Amino acid sequence: MAEINIRNVRKSYGRTQILHGVDLDFKSGEFVVILGPSGCGKSTLLRMIAGLEEISAGEISIDGTVVNNLEPRDRGCSMVFQNYALYPHMNVAANIGYALKVAGVPRAERDRRISETARIVGLEEMLDRKPAQLSGGQRQRVAMGRAIIREPKVFLFDEPLSNLDAKLRVQMRVEIRRLHKRLSATSVFVTHDQVEAMTLADKLIVMNKGHVEQVGTPLEIYHRPRTRFVGTFIGSPAMNFFDSTIAPGGKFVLLDGIQIAIDPVLGRDNADNAVSAGIRPEHCRLVKAGTANSVPATVDFVEELGSGRNVHVDIDGTIFAVSGDESQLFKTGATVGLQLPSEHIHLFSRDTGLRLDDAPALKHTTNQSTVAA
Amino acid sequence: MIERTPILNMVTYFIMMFGLLLILGPFWMIFTASTQSLAQVNAVPFNLLPGTEFLHNLQAAWHRANLGPAMLNSLIMALLVMVGKIILASISAFAIVYFRSPLRHVFFWLVFMTLMLPLEVRVVPTYNIAADVFEPVRWLIQTLTGIELSLQWNLLNSYSGLVLPVIATATGTFLYRQFYMTLPDELTEAAKMDGARPLRFFIDILLPLSRTNMLALATIMFVYAWNQYLWPKLMTTEADYQTAMVAMTTLVPNINSLPEWNVSMAGALIIMLPPLIIVAALQRWFVRGLVSTEK
Repeated sequence: MAEINIRNVRKSYGRTQILHGVDLDFKSGEFVVILGPSGCGKSTLLRMIAGLEEISAGEISIDGTVVNNLEPRDRGCSMVFQNYALYPHMNVAANIGYALKVAGVPRAERDRRISETARIVGLEEMLDRKPAQLSGGQRQRVAMGRAIIREPKVFLFDEPLSNLDAKLRVQMRVEIRRLHKRLSATSVFVTHDQVEAMTLADKLIVMNKGHVEQVGTPLEIYHRPRTRFVGTFIGSPAMNFFDSTIAPGGKFVLLDGIQIAIDPVLGRDNADNAVSAGIRPEHCRLVKAGTANSVPATVDFVEELGSGRNVHVDIDGTIFAVSGDESQLFKTGATVGLQLPSEHIHLFSRDTGLRLDDAPALKHTTNQSTVAA
Repeated sequence: MIERTPILNMVTYFIMMFGLLLILGPFWMIFTASTQSLAQVNAVPFNLLPGTEFLHNLQAAWHRANLGPAMLNSLIMALLVMVGKIILASISAFAIVYFRSPLRHVFFWLVFMTLMLPLEVRVVPTYNIAADVFEPVRWLIQTLTGIELSLQWNLLNSYSGLVLPVIATATGTFLYRQFYMTLPDELTEAAKMDGARPLRFFIDILLPLSRTNMLALATIMFVYAWNQYLWPKLMTTEADYQTAMVAMTTLVPNINSLPEWNVSMAGALIIMLPPLIIVAALQRWFVRGLVSTEK
């Protein structure tokens, strides 16, 4: 178990900067998930913690020790790779026990720990097989066994589930979480899959283009995305956005002349600002055309999910996704009413992409300008 | 794609048979010559049917060229060269592929360039060095410090002299480099995370994985070393170190001797045997190692 502190860490290859100063703190025993689109620098960050990638600037410390110049073997981390990276010529037992062999652990002790680890990851029957004779899920387990046998302070997972089929992925997800509960070592898990991220994380970190966009619990991030990017990236179907301005008086945002109520306090602070308003598909409601407080819309197409359906509606050329329940049936082309409850509307600045009620700097300047006026 | 082209098939088979005949024909002539008597082998036209003197000719060749010790010398030399080349090639390719040094491309190209400098081209300077290994060192030390050393190491008439100068191999280094480059980076990283230092990684992971590659190289290099003629001929003046290829020359008839081509062909057959056995034993690996890498 160990804390990890990351201070202003940067990474560049020649002139191209991959990470632009990342500051993060992981508590001991936490399960941290780093989520982001490909190329956002999440894997690079993980590999820098592992010691496989040099740190261009800044400092990473594990358990209070700065590890910038330590070799991977001296950092007390173990890692599960995306393609497992098993040693093809060794059987399962040798693969799992290799770290101990290198460390010079005596044979009897080694065998005992190999069989104990094999029991934890459910591979007792497979110890004599070569990796080529194993299925994807079993290889994944070998990779995990290889990581846990060293009893490391920190577990690093580099998209370990992306090579598995959907069913196995769900199963391994549960197993990883169970394993973490049992071993309670600090774990850092990198993924681009938001479902994995939401289900596994104690602490979720969303990254984009080499910056940390938001840090928080999965629910905080889901319910209060700090930037427009986070709002779009998390949730499926993605959050709906419409560009609008806050009407004078601050009670409404305008969408092509249609008024949508918002939180008046927030509106007053930001009156006349160009904003981007977002609302999640599950918070929109479809009602009969002409119902009070509804925006007229046309049903564009319907996706059936079994447990419900995603209805895509067209409001003057803007497509909105709405998660409908089973009871509502809509035909393509039908005119309906769309209700957008004000308590679920997220407002982001159109310039900076930052959330309005979460950006002190923005609030501060607007306050000043109000005073000046 | 399945095509039915009987005429084209026949033509291709005919070409293949013709090629096979071109290759096997001379071997058949060596064999028949080695079974004939002195009179038969010199008959015109040459008789392509085997005679009855095979065992007698083999015996004559074996004793006349003293092939027993010569074959042993050749075997020792070929095995040492083979092992040495594999060790050197695997290690130098390891250095070139896995260590990030600004000069590694320079080194790689230097090694690669030696492909253009076979032994035959550099035989005189190589002989000089072999006769006095420390000469360049002595010269360097004397020029730099003025101290005259009396270090001497002479490789002439020794196994190290037969082996060391032909042990460097650009082909082998290149083959190993290509093999290392097919291995995924994650394998190296996994070994790093498991705590293996470079040498450990090389011995535990790279060498076992390169088994097919290694055996393919062994086949080529054994045959290459066995067939060496020029270098052993220059290096060895004592009969104790004579190799089979050099000994073979005593069987070739000259202007003053009987034209005993039957005996020299029998000798050729004997000398051909060890490489044939090696190739036959390793050909499965040989093909696999050159075509693809085992996963």
